This record gives sequence, C-alpha cells and structure tokens, in this order.
Amino acid sequence: MSLIEKTATELLTLQAEGKASAAEIADAFLAATAAREPKLKSFMLAPDADAVREQAKTIDAKRAKGEPLGKLAGVPVAVKDVLCTKGIRTTCSSKILDNFVPPYDADVVERLKTQDAIIFGKTNMDEFAMGSSTENSAYHTTRNPWDTNCIPGGSSGGSAASVAGGQAPLSLGTDTGGSIRQPAALCGIVGMKPTYGRVSRYGLIAFASSLDQVGPFSHDVTDCALLMEAIAGYDKRDSTSVNEPVPAYTRTVNDPVKGLRIGVPKEFFGQGLDAEVEASVRAALKEYEKRGATLVDVSLPHSPYALAAYYIVAPAEASSNLARFDGMHYGHRTATKCDLIATYSKSRGDGFGPEVQRRIILGTYVLSSGYKDAYYLKALKVRRLVKKDFDDAFNSCDVVMGPTTPTAAFKAGEKSDDPLALYLSDVYTVSCNLAGIPGLSIPCGFTKTGLPIGLQLLGGPFAEEKLLRIARMYEAATDWHTKRPVV
Amino acid sequence: MSLSLDDVRKVAKLARLEMSEPDLARMQVQLSAILDYIDQLNQLNTDGVEPLAHPLPVQNVFRPDEPTPSLPVDAALQNAPSKVGDYFGVPAVFDTDEPVSH
Repeated sequence: MSLIEKTATELLTLQAEGKASAAEIADAFLAATAAREPKLKSFMLAPDADAVREQAKTIDAKRAKGEPLGKLAGVPVAVKDVLCTKGIRTTCSSKILDNFVPPYDADVVERLKTQDAIIFGKTNMDEFAMGSSTENSAYHTTRNPWDTNCIPGGSSGGSAASVAGGQAPLSLGTDTGGSIRQPAALCGIVGMKPTYGRVSRYGLIAFASSLDQVGPFSHDVTDCALLMEAIAGYDKRDSTSVNEPVPAYTRTVNDPVKGLRIGVPKEFFGQGLDAEVEASVRAALKEYEKRGATLVDVSLPHSPYALAAYYIVAPAEASSNLARFDGMHYGHRTATKCDLIATYSKSRGDGFGPEVQRRIILGTYVLSSGYKDAYYLKALKVRRLVKKDFDDAFNSCDVVMGPTTPTAAFKAGEKSDDPLALYLSDVYTVSCNLAGIPGLSIPCGFTKTGLPIGLQLLGGPFAEEKLLRIARMYEAATDWHTKRPVV
Repeated sequence: MSLSLDDVRKVAKLARLEMSEPDLARMQVQLSAILDYIDQLNQLNTDGVEPLAHPLPVQNVFRPDEPTPSLPVDAALQNAPSKVGDYFGVPAVFDTDEPVSH
C-alpha cells in the first residue's frame, strides 16, 4: 500500500516508528497531486512544492532532535479556498477576489500550523460556497474521483475530491447547508459539520454567518476525530465561538455507545429518494441493529419546509455579507472610469458569477421593505420549528440517521441550467445548519455503477464526541472506508 | 411569474449589481421559480412562533476594552485596487465639476 492510500493516523504512526519521513510523505502527495490534477482539478491553487518540502524538512529535523511535535506533524492538509491563508492567494473561486492575498491566517489555519500540519494548497469550490457541484466556481469544475464524468458535490468539492482522490490525506471544508456532508457522501469519504460555534469562523470569508461552520474531510472516522481535535475550540476573535472544553475525540472514538437508540425520521425516506441510496442506508441501519442498537421512529414534521426557509435565510445573510465586495479596499475594481455608485455596480456585476448574483438579488428582495415580514421573518419562525423538531426527537434517541443526499453523484452539466433542481440536492442537509447541530456523513455503500453513498448522522448540540463514536461503530463493522478509487 | 422584470431591475439596483437586459430576464424566470417554491412556507401556520435568528442561546458577548495592535498600514493597503500615499484611492463621491453644496 503506497503512502497516498494511508490515513493521517497511519502516517503519524509510520513517522513515529521511523518507517517514513515527513519529507517522503510530502513527496508522495506532491507527486500524486501533480499526476492527478489534470483529471480531478481539485485545487484552485496547487500546493507550493518548495514550501511544502521546506516545512516537511523542518518537521523531520524537529523529530530527529527529539523536540515535541504537534498532533498533525508532517500531515498534509488541503484547505478550502474560502479560508484565509496569510501570504497565500485566497479567491473563494470568485473573479472578484482573483488577486486577493490575505494579510492574516484564519483561526483554523493557525491551529493547523500550531499542530505542525503542512498546509497543502487551496481547494476549488463553488463561488463563495454557493452551490452543490463546484460548477459555480468561476475557474473550473472539479471531478469526482470515482467517475470523472460526475461532479464531486459542493460547495467543498475540491476538498472532498483531493482526499478521495489521494492528493491529500485530510482537508478542511465549510458547511452552510450541506457543503461538507454532501461532497463527502458523493466522494465516499467522511465529512463533519460541527455544532455552530464549536470551530472559530475567524478568517472564514462569510457566506451566511448564522449557518457557516468549518469542518474536516478524511478517509475514516478516526482521522475525522483527529482533525476535529486540532481545529475545535474557543476563539475570542469570533464572538459566536463557544467557550466549551474540547473533548479528546481520538481517545474515545473506539468506545461503542451502549444501548444506542437511533431515530429514523420518516421525512428522510420519502419521495425523491433514489432506491439504491435508500437500500444502502436501510442496510446500514440493520448493521447497527445487529450491534445492539434500537431503531426508533421519530418525526421531523417541519423538515419538508427547511429547504424553503434555508433559501430565504442564507441568501438574506449573503446579500448583507457580500455588500463588502465593492472594489474599494480589495478585490476587483472595474477599469471603467465612472462615479462611485457606478464603480460599485460595475465592479460587482463583472466580479460575481451568475449564482452569486442570483442569491444576492434573492436575499436583497426578501429583506426589502414590504417583503421582509412575509419572507425573512416567516423563515426565521420556520427555523424555530425545525430546531424544535430536533429537540423533541433527541428526547427519544441518541442520534438521527438517514441518507446524506437523495441521489449519488450526478453528471457534470446535468443540473447546471436549473438552479432549483440543484438546490434540491441539499434537502436532507440544510435542517442541521438551521438548527445549529452537528452532523456527519460516512460511506455506507456504492450504487451498481460504482458511485459512493453516504449515511448521515445528526446529533444534539456539542454531541460530536458521541457522534464520532456512533459512526465508528458502523465503520468498525464494514470496509467501505478502505475503498479507494482508481484515478 | 411572481416577479416582474421591473422588480428584478429595482432589486439589482438596490444590490449595486450592474446586469445586462438578457441577464435580468433570465434572473426573472429563475427567481420566480425559486419564489414559487419558497411560497410553500405559507402552508404553515406560524402564529405565535418566536423567530429564531441564531441557533445558540448566546446574547451579548463582551470583551475587555483593551487596545491591541491593528493591521499595519502596508498590510491593510496590500490588496488595494488603488492607493494614494497611505490611503485607499476611490472615485469622487460628488461630481468635482460642480461645487459641493453643503
């Protein structure tokens, strides 16, 4: 088994046992990235080989001298291009930030560096994280490593494809309505959206501030626990970050949850769910039953309305957040000489792609005088009901399970002319963001054509530790997480 | 269609987005379909439901008012599309050919 097929945990062990150096690991992933990038296009900015090798050498030298090393020493981590990296171009896959070089690091990037991880390139995404396929990137569409005719999901499609495709063992994404869990499911890997406030949003270029969270992508649940341990924690620079101790996720991840009660909401198994996806998810639930879990029927009666509420709340917040891109302090400014207002309008008209413009207009409309109560306030009320559904469900179960997505990966171009059809691929993921609870997707099978299927696990606020243990119970009994695509 | 072309034009102007006529027309069709979908929320009775703007029960967050270093001028200006000395260069807010009236 080559280095690029190893998990991060295995790479740490190999280094500790002297069987591989950080330099060898870096070279292996640099070579895989170079060889596979023409097919996958996971990156906005490929890893800087010289900088990566330099960092790896420093880590090997520290190890040789017996100096203390961080939890991710010598492990390459690809970073979604929505997270600020000091001195490294950060575009959000948007033309409006084409030349933007942040003067500071996002909190999660600082934490990776503190743990001696190697920052391994910036990954492609839907522009400003708006989309479910990476087709809204202003630069290129990333391809699914399991079938390069298909999309990898989105918006964190580049981060998911880089891990699934063996270009990096770990990556960071962000999840506003499913942007980590959906691509994790479509690429056959593990992806977690933490509880709102668990991970700092400092240096995360905002899309919808009350929904956005940073989270990990990995091959397996143990690596997910490892990366969560590194990025979670209080940050005074993000006033919504929560000052709660971070559990040692890796220490407990192998402890099964005794007397596990799994809530199965009927609303997640209705119309629109692909039969193969349903069969795999039901088989996964059976596997849990075999290991002593009890299935409990629960209802999330307002979840059918969650998507509509989401497509009011998220664009409303986006229209406000994206007002800052006006061509004055950074980013694109029109070359046309004109007055101030026209400079704003032309810079934004040139700089934002069609989906971003659509959401800004939708968001501005639902917040505009005369419509705010009918749309925005209504959506916030529905949001309360969606959250209450989960509060009620968690009275009778430890975890809610269902499919992550209604279908496996679709072909590039298949839904790009119909925004609403694309929005529907988020139907099972958005309610988690509205409620602010944690969720993750783990691989649970393949379609007949060889495309991965994801099982979604949702837990109560700050239940990440329990969720990881529950996910690991299934993983320990199955081998989906060991499958690698031929790229 | 739930949105007129004039609605879209007006909102685009409010949002400071310059768009071509064909783009406005496409936006009208797409946004109308999305708004029709969103309208299903009206099937739900939400009388007496308190709106939820934020998932956590966090209210005001205070910190000590202590001065800390700011971003150095060079770093703050490094991405500026236009610079004049230590300042951001921006187009004139008022037409410079006419006297400012106040």
